[in-house]
Amino acid sequence: MSITVSGINKNFGDFVALQDINLEIPSGQLTALLGPSGGGKSTLLRIIAGLENADSGSITISGQEATHLPAQKRNVGFVFQHYAAFKHMSVAKNIAFGLEIRKLPKARIKEKVDSLLELVHLTQFADRLPAQLSGGQRQRMALARALAIEPSVLLLDEPFGALDAKVRKELRDWLRRLHDEVHVTTLFVTHDQEEALEVSDNIVVINQGRVEQVGTPDELYDQPANDFVLGFLGPVTEFQGRLVRPHDLEVFRQEVPGAVAGRIARSTRVGFEVRLEVELNGSADAAPVNVVVTRGEARALGLTVGDTVFLGLQAVLV
Amino acid sequence: MAETDLSPAPRTSTADTAPGNASAGRPTTATAATTPPRRRRAPRTPGRHGGNRPLRVILRLAVIVYLFFLVVWPVSLVVLRTFAPVGDTGGWDAFVTRISDPAFLYAFGLTFTAALWAVGLNAVFGLGISLLLVRYSFPGRRLLSALVDLPMSVSPVVVGLALVLAYSSNQGRFGPLLQSLDWQIVFSTPGIVLATTFVSLPLVIREIVPVLEEIGTEQELAARSLGAGAVQTFRRITLPAIKWALVYGVVLSLARALGEFGAVKIVSQGASFNGETATLLVANRYGNFDEASAYAAAFLLVLTAITALVVVTILRPKEHRS
Repeated sequence: MSITVSGINKNFGDFVALQDINLEIPSGQLTALLGPSGGGKSTLLRIIAGLENADSGSITISGQEATHLPAQKRNVGFVFQHYAAFKHMSVAKNIAFGLEIRKLPKARIKEKVDSLLELVHLTQFADRLPAQLSGGQRQRMALARALAIEPSVLLLDEPFGALDAKVRKELRDWLRRLHDEVHVTTLFVTHDQEEALEVSDNIVVINQGRVEQVGTPDELYDQPANDFVLGFLGPVTEFQGRLVRPHDLEVFRQEVPGAVAGRIARSTRVGFEVRLEVELNGSADAAPVNVVVTRGEARALGLTVGDTVFLGLQAVLV
Repeated sequence: MAETDLSPAPRTSTADTAPGNASAGRPTTATAATTPPRRRRAPRTPGRHGGNRPLRVILRLAVIVYLFFLVVWPVSLVVLRTFAPVGDTGGWDAFVTRISDPAFLYAFGLTFTAALWAVGLNAVFGLGISLLLVRYSFPGRRLLSALVDLPMSVSPVVVGLALVLAYSSNQGRFGPLLQSLDWQIVFSTPGIVLATTFVSLPLVIREIVPVLEEIGTEQELAARSLGAGAVQTFRRITLPAIKWALVYGVVLSLARALGEFGAVKIVSQGASFNGETATLLVANRYGNFDEASAYAAAFLLVLTAITALVVVTILRPKEHRS
């Protein structure tokens, strides 16, 4: 195991940030710490990096007891949400920083910096200052800087949080590909479930200072441990007293055994999907059930507002 | 790769525009400590008050007239008077003769000695206090922050009196000790240094604090995680970021220290070759009807202050480039 977190507690005054956290982060994999803002995931990451101290508990990195090691001795690469670029240094100097601190020979530093610049596609920007780069480029520079010291683990704190949607998506794909290339144990914090599901090998869901569930994206999505995980990983709707995903409901025009009759109250078309709000017969006071069908299905069934339909859970889930 | 690679045009977000020097360039920042760190203003465009041209002209004229009558005209009179003929002497030669007077050389020597000590002490301790105020939280931090401003708000004469009470050999708390060591602070050079340091204490701090607040701790934390120790982090990350604030604070302190009068008047003997600083010399000569010498000394003081400001103004554009 590459990172072992055991019995970590952390309070900020009266606020409980982390409560008895126990985790094993597998080596060589990309693990996401997923949870709502203020849930404690960034605090955990900073404790692992040594940028914050836990009240109790211990941290082991690559088999080495690290609980009381200062940040500069942990050999951990850390990437900040707002890049933390060294503003007075060129891109190349930024990347070389950790190597210069380690007093590597000049030629060796140059060689490493050049190959890292290539890895993050910033070769032609080597002599620019961070202020002359876009957000995405700056974050790639920060990543190269963290990778330069050949860290035993790479920690990323909401690395794409400050970028606009399109760049975020590009960088996300790029991070995945980069990780397939370098294979460094990576732990990244995000509050975006889509990002976590798309990029990571494993997900740790953290909420209110506690670990809710650990598993692969598929496990979490298909077998959520509780309603919180279910709700956090995707949209949910209440159907016959249980929470289900809107796309797991099937719509019929005729009565089928097990299906419940209702009336389409609203219909919203978003791209390839159609979102329906269905008021079930006999439960007009309850919130309408949300159903998502594809554009094709909606067209084939001829669904329009006011129609009576029958809803049932898709066979695989019953 | 991502198409953002190909755009050479720098995209600036709010997080990166100000290289931490937004406030370093304003001469009035001694009082700016309480205002939040500011972004540098966008360059003034001609059309900013385009719809109100007459008002703009009137405002500009008012400012120019105000500054002229308050600053430019009186100071220029000093300069003119310095080189004006008095009786059968005058002009450049007379000026050179006056400032070659050994008492002059002594006075300016003493002023520069005291100013350099004061600036050196305030640069070192100012840096330390600034880091303490911004980077650490401890009980009494706000009180310390207010205390640092005290020398700016208390009249220098009061500062002088306080220093005499505290450190004079015959009545101060340490009087007996100082006497037994035969070490005189008040009424000698150390007293003048002390007084000058006291009155210029806040200037360096008030330049550095807003910049430190603005750069935040992330760069320092990043340096730590990359293996840099506390000293390396300070030298390679923090110091370059606050360099210009420090330079500006030092220049302001220097100007303030050179011009100090009230506090020095109290703690110094103030006689020729005996604790007479440049400002005291101006006052003494003026009082003794040697106005020509007073103007010559005053001119030199003005010249030094203007030189310091000009040097900083020339250096400052570099800060915008970084």
